Formats: sequence, C-alpha cells, structure tokens
Amino acid sequence: MRKIGKQEIEDIAVGAALLGTGGGGDPYIGKLMALQAIEEYGPVTLLDVDEVPDDALIVPSSMMGAPTVMLEKIPSGEEAIEAFQKLEEYLGKKIYATFPIEAGGVNSMLPFALAARLGLPVIDADGMGRAFPELQMVTFYLDGISATPAVIADEKGNTALLSTIDNVWTERIARAATIQMGGSVMNAMYSMTGKNLKESGISNILKLEEEIGKTIRLAKANNVDAIQEVLKTVGGFELFQGKVTDINRKTESGFAKGIATFEGLNDYKDETLQLRFQNEHLLAQTDKRLLCVTPDLIAVLDSETGLPITTEGIRYGSRCVVIGIPCHPKWRTEKGIETVGPKYFGYDVDYTPVEELVNKEVTK
Amino acid sequence: MGAYRIGIDVGGTHTDAVLLDQNNRVLSETKSSTTVDVATGIYQAMHEVITNSDVSREDIGYAMLGTTHCTNAIVERKGLNNIAVVRIGAPATLAVKPLVGVPDELRIALGKYVYLVRGGHEFDGREIVSLDEAHLYQIAEEVKGHVDSIAITSVFSPVSRDHEERARNIFNEVLGDEVAISLSSEIGSVGLLERENATILNASVVNVAKTAADGFINALKNEGIEAKVFFGQNDGTLMSVDYAVKYPIFTVACGPTNSLRGASYLGDLSDAIVVDVGGTTSDVGVLINSFPRESSLEVEIGGARTNFRMPDLVSIGLGGGTIVRIQEDGEFTIGPDSVGYHLPEKALIFGGDTLTTTDVAVALGKVELGDPSKVAHLDKGLLTRVYLKIVELVEEAVDKMKTSAEPIPVILVGGGSILLPTELKGASQVIRPEHSGVANAIGSAISQVSGQIEKIYLFDEIGREDALEWAKAEAKGEAINAGADPDSLVIVDIEDVPLAYLPGGATRVRVKAAGELSQ
Repeated sequence: MRKIGKQEIEDIAVGAALLGTGGGGDPYIGKLMALQAIEEYGPVTLLDVDEVPDDALIVPSSMMGAPTVMLEKIPSGEEAIEAFQKLEEYLGKKIYATFPIEAGGVNSMLPFALAARLGLPVIDADGMGRAFPELQMVTFYLDGISATPAVIADEKGNTALLSTIDNVWTERIARAATIQMGGSVMNAMYSMTGKNLKESGISNILKLEEEIGKTIRLAKANNVDAIQEVLKTVGGFELFQGKVTDINRKTESGFAKGIATFEGLNDYKDETLQLRFQNEHLLAQTDKRLLCVTPDLIAVLDSETGLPITTEGIRYGSRCVVIGIPCHPKWRTEKGIETVGPKYFGYDVDYTPVEELVNKEVTK
Repeated sequence: MGAYRIGIDVGGTHTDAVLLDQNNRVLSETKSSTTVDVATGIYQAMHEVITNSDVSREDIGYAMLGTTHCTNAIVERKGLNNIAVVRIGAPATLAVKPLVGVPDELRIALGKYVYLVRGGHEFDGREIVSLDEAHLYQIAEEVKGHVDSIAITSVFSPVSRDHEERARNIFNEVLGDEVAISLSSEIGSVGLLERENATILNASVVNVAKTAADGFINALKNEGIEAKVFFGQNDGTLMSVDYAVKYPIFTVACGPTNSLRGASYLGDLSDAIVVDVGGTTSDVGVLINSFPRESSLEVEIGGARTNFRMPDLVSIGLGGGTIVRIQEDGEFTIGPDSVGYHLPEKALIFGGDTLTTTDVAVALGKVELGDPSKVAHLDKGLLTRVYLKIVELVEEAVDKMKTSAEPIPVILVGGGSILLPTELKGASQVIRPEHSGVANAIGSAISQVSGQIEKIYLFDEIGREDALEWAKAEAKGEAINAGADPDSLVIVDIEDVPLAYLPGGATRVRVKAAGELSQ
C-alpha cells in the first residue's frame, strides 16, 4: 500500500501513453482530471493485488466513446460516481476498490480521478496490460467474467443499466447508447471479486507505467538515450528507426483505420516500414519481414524526446523509433489470439511472438 | 490613394521595413534595431524607408505591420487586460477547471473572474442542456466595472456557436460595446482546454493590440500617409485593424510566417523549404502553395497550451551570432547561446572578443565581412570542421521538415543567411534571393487575405463531397468578409480527419481560402 500523488500521476500518464500503443486516447485529459481530483481530495491509496480480500467487490472505472469528444466535452466528474452508485444499488453491496480496465491511454487515469473523490483505493492491476478498442478485449473475458451487470452514465445524469448475454453484445449495445448520450460516457462494468482479479488480471502494471514515465523523465534530465532505457524497463525490442513519409487514414464503422509508412534511417536505410493501425498500432512489417503483430505491443516513440506518439499524432516528417514489447502471456493463449490476434482485426497473418520475429532477423 | 505598400516586420532583434511599388518591386529597404518600447523602432524604420525613396506619400495606399507586441505582452505578462473567463458547458467539463496547467503567474493574472455556466453542445450539434441565460446576466452584473475583456468558450462551439453568440449578446446588452468579447469558435479548433486558453490569451491582449494599432496609424499620419492599415497573421494572410484588435492572438507567430511568404515571393517558388537565419536562431518552415504548412500539434504560448493556426516550424539554436567554443583537445561546441544583436561589437572580425559563426564563415572565405585579418590566425582545419557541423545542423532541420525523400528547393533568407553555402544535402537547388535580408517585411507587404473554417461534419449523412463543397464555400465567404477580392480566391488548404471511435463518419474538416486584397 502506498500513496499516489501528483508526480506519480505525471509518470504513470507517460507510461500509459506508451502502453496505449498509439490508441486508447491521449492520457492528457485523464491526467488533468486525476490531478484536479488529487488537489481537491488528496492523494490516492494504491493497493497491490494481494492486499485485496478475495471476496471484496471491485469494479474498474473507465470511459467509452471518442477520446476526441472527451477532449472537448470534458467529464463533470459526477458520471463515474453516478455509475458506481447505481451499480452498488443494483448489486446491494459496497464497492471496495477500483482499478483501470486498460492500462493504456486515458483509461489508466480515470480510476484515480474517481478514487480521489470517493476515497476509494486503486488496485495495481488491469485487464489488458495495454490498450484495445473493444469491451470484450480484456483478460477477464478469457476467463468468462461477464461485463454486465454494467452501468454507463453521462454528464447530464442519464444512466443505463445493461444486462447482456455476452460481452460482445455489451460492446454493441453500450456503444450505440454512448452515441445517444453524446459520444463519451463513463462505465462501471466488469464488476468482480478480489479473487477474480488475482486470477485473471495483469498485476503491477501501474508500477511498470510509473517506471516508464520515470525512466523517460530521468533520461532527459541525465542526457541519456531515453528509448534504450525504456527498452530495458519494458523488456522490449527496437524494430525500426525512420521518418514518416505517408499516412493514410479512413474511418470504418467507427474505428480509425490506417497505414503509416516510414522510410528507414540510420541502420534501417533502404528499408520501408508499414505500420497498420485501428486506433492502436496492430501490425508492423517491412517489404521483407513481419516485425511485430497484435497482441504484442507496438509503440512509436519520438526519436528526440523518447515520448510516445499516438496514431492521431503521427504526421508527415515525424522521426520515430518503433519498438515492440511482448504482451502478457494470457494473450498468447488460443482464446487470447482468437480475441485480439491479427485475424480478428482482419490481417491475414499468423501470430508469432515478437521475440521470435526479432531473433529471425538476427540469424538472417 | 496610391497602390504602393509599406511592409514592416518587428522581430526580437530587428525591425525591418520595405517600400514596394504596385508591382511589388522593392523600392527601398531598411533594417534597424528593435527598441524597448517597440513603437520608436517602427517610427524610425518607417521614416527611413520613406525618406530613402523618392516616392510621393500620396502613392502609398497600404501599410502592413507584422508585430511581436502581443507575443511579448503574453510572455512578459505586461499590460494584460483584466478579463473574465466564461466557460459554457456545465454540468460537463467540471472535472477540469479553466486555466489548469497554465503557469501560476498567468493563472493569477487572468483567473480572477472564472465562471462555469450550464449549456454547450454535443458533437453532433444537439444541446447538452439549454443555456443558462439568467446566470449569464448575473455574471455580467458582477463583472461590470471590473473587467475590460471577456473570453467565452462553449463546449463544441466549432460545431455550433449558438451559445457563445447568445452569451456575447447578453454581455453586450449589459456592458455595452466598451468591453471586448472573444469567442472561442472564432479562434481555435476542437479541444476545449486548448481553445479556451487561446481565447483567454486573446482576450488578455486586446488592449495591447489596440495600442499597437493606434500607434501605427498615428505614425503613418505623422508621415502624412493615408493608407489602409493591415496586420499580418500567423497563416501568412492579412487582417484589417478592426479584426486584429478583436483577434490579436492571430498575430503571435506572424514573424516567421512573413519570412516564409517573403521567401516564396523573392524566390518565385510556391513549394519549397525556407531557412530563415537570424542572429540567435534559425527557423525552418515549409511552403505549400506559397503558404506556410500549419502545425497539427498543440502549441505553447507563454506556457499555455493552445490550438489555433500556427506555422509548422523547426527552430534550431544557430544564427549569425551563435557562439563557437573550442576546447583544448580540439573539440568544439556551437551555441546554443548567441551574442545576438551585439554581433557588431562582440564578433572577432569587428574587433570583439567572442568567436561566432560569422567569424568562422569569414575566416574560411565564405563571406566578406568585417576585418578578416582578425581571424586569420585561427586553425583552418578546425574551422572547416566547425563549418561542416553548422551546415549539417541546417541540413538536418531541412530533412526533418521534408515530406518525402525527393530533393526540394531551399530558399535562404534572413540576415544570417550569408553564412550558409548554396549547396545543401537534400536540396534540389539553394536560392538566396536579392533582398533576402528583409524577406519578412516583404512577406508582410505582399500578404493576401484569407478565410478559414473548421467544423465537424457527419459524412454518412451528407456525403464527403458535399461536406467539402460546403466547407469551401464557407471559407471563401469568410475571406470575402475579411476583404479579399472574390475573383482572385483560391482554396489553399483542405484537411479532413475522422474522429476515432465514433460512427456516422464524424469528420473534422478544415478549409482555407485566400485571395488578393480587393481594391
């Protein structure tokens, strides 16, 4: 157990942008919400997973909808409270603690904003170890934990209680309601017990994010190569260094799909990298080789600052280092690959772990 | 009234002025030091450029000013207005209050009257809740006599500006015309906090802009010139005095923009990279269709994150006055500090005691300037390495701004541009045009008038083609309102970016049209 204050939030936000793998929404607005809440209500208690009683009711707090909408129509702060209270009412039990459903992007920060206001602890675990675009794409789903009963709430005071036959239906219905509610809502879904989280969650992920943020911050201060330091911290691999020469975006059924093309620099001269994304970066390949594919993490970092760049922030001329990070073993199971592997996102390649793809290069 | 033009650009170090005839030919040019009060420097430069030519004062019909007045006021927090900040969006947005993340000094100066009012719109134009007009009347009474400017921001005003406009009418009704009102929908794009910050900064420099405008007009009058007066703005186009006083924030980056536009004119190229070498730094920008490419990222001004149109620039700490330090082991550093405008006293070639980039170029025979014998004793081999490094710094910045590997023309402008060679890696040709030292003032004088709109359209409902046509027509209308000749209008920029995670094809569309000043 320890306290999370403003500096910790700043560091976690940087780590969250990196594990957001280009999507998940810019953590910036979530960070400001968390900072304001901590300023008004004081630091938040962070619990390790094994500090949570097995039978405790715990619920992640997250947003759903368009991060762009959230950047314009910032939440009131009451939606998340409203969602929690409605769910408590329905379940007839008090919620013990909250945690991020996904560690990447804006959702990493929102539990802190809520926890500060309600005086709840946050648990150091999540259900992705990264960011993914759909509700059923959580490790809890792999273990059969239901997203519902779930409550979604908007700033106007509207709430909807959902009960669905499976998590894919939750995704469909909740997203339709989200549009009506104004394009950005707060959720209380995937309620579970402490035991559930210990078995199905990904632990110590906030600690890792804080470490990433700290590494980049200190690298800057000490004038060392932030990207190499980050690779050590996350156990990742450098995949490519290059400059963005083309970016092709389109929207398909609500998701920003696209391809960014990088022209190689330094050791990668004469090579061209294509990075495919659907909100998150999902596949990186050159003309000759597949370099990394979902569910392994692909992050694009600014060559100079080492800071992560979102899919929306990629632009012509950006100089970047593309890195690959092994995903959590839970995603490498058969059901994991089925849920978030390349085929699910419409890419006709088989999943191969990034460390094997990288080693192939070495023996080439 | 004549068709000749005066263009003035006030930079951190120099105030430049040019006088152009009706065919935009340079009749006279001058470069003088920027004075502490700024205005004196403007008067001097203007007087000099007029007296240096035989032009009759009646022939001068237009006067264009690019100024750093507002930028300086924000950075130095001097002369700022007393303002009220009104955000329309409650019950949404309460989780992040206005002026958060803005430096404390600025927050204290501008955050005395902050209000959150119920209202605002959804992304698709529906009302979140109806506007709380009673609250607005109450606020108007409260701030009466305490503020001289009001910044109004409403949620999704780039989609619907109804609530902002209604709020303006209420404040006008209660406070009269004396209190200036800035609406966020006329300043920034989607992204509430950034647009709100830009609107707040705009409101805070309204009086600064007014003083600058009055000063400029009076200076012209003192010279016996009756000219239409315009201000340069960040996107490389002009605005009328009335508009500039309402939206002074659009002047903050007009300096580098003027250099780019001037370079385009002098180099006779519409697509190129421009390197503007000053005394302390060099700015590298990209010309597309004769206009600067705009930044898609948030830009900090005086420490506040904002999101209105700004040129996309890379600045490097390399200029004519940059200090070169050579260590005992033969290693060296270039800058980032500079002797700046003290170059004429500090540089070795002028009898000073500091080795600068200018000295290096003179010692190697690249430039004829000052007294070369004062640098003759220096080790040529070492200086050659320094010079190669200087060139490499510029080449890297150029490469950073390119959009493809294809070589592209590079235009060198600015007082320090004489340092650079006429061959650069990645450049198809390097042009250092005549009058390149005052390209910024020329850019200011030749500017066109533009109009821009930015909105969210649902492509699934209206179709992409129709939406774009609609947007183009609106942008042209804006340009005509700003004083452009309808027959000369062209669309200079179109951008459409889909909003992630939203169905309906919700897409942010931005269009800019520009044309010649209507006579």
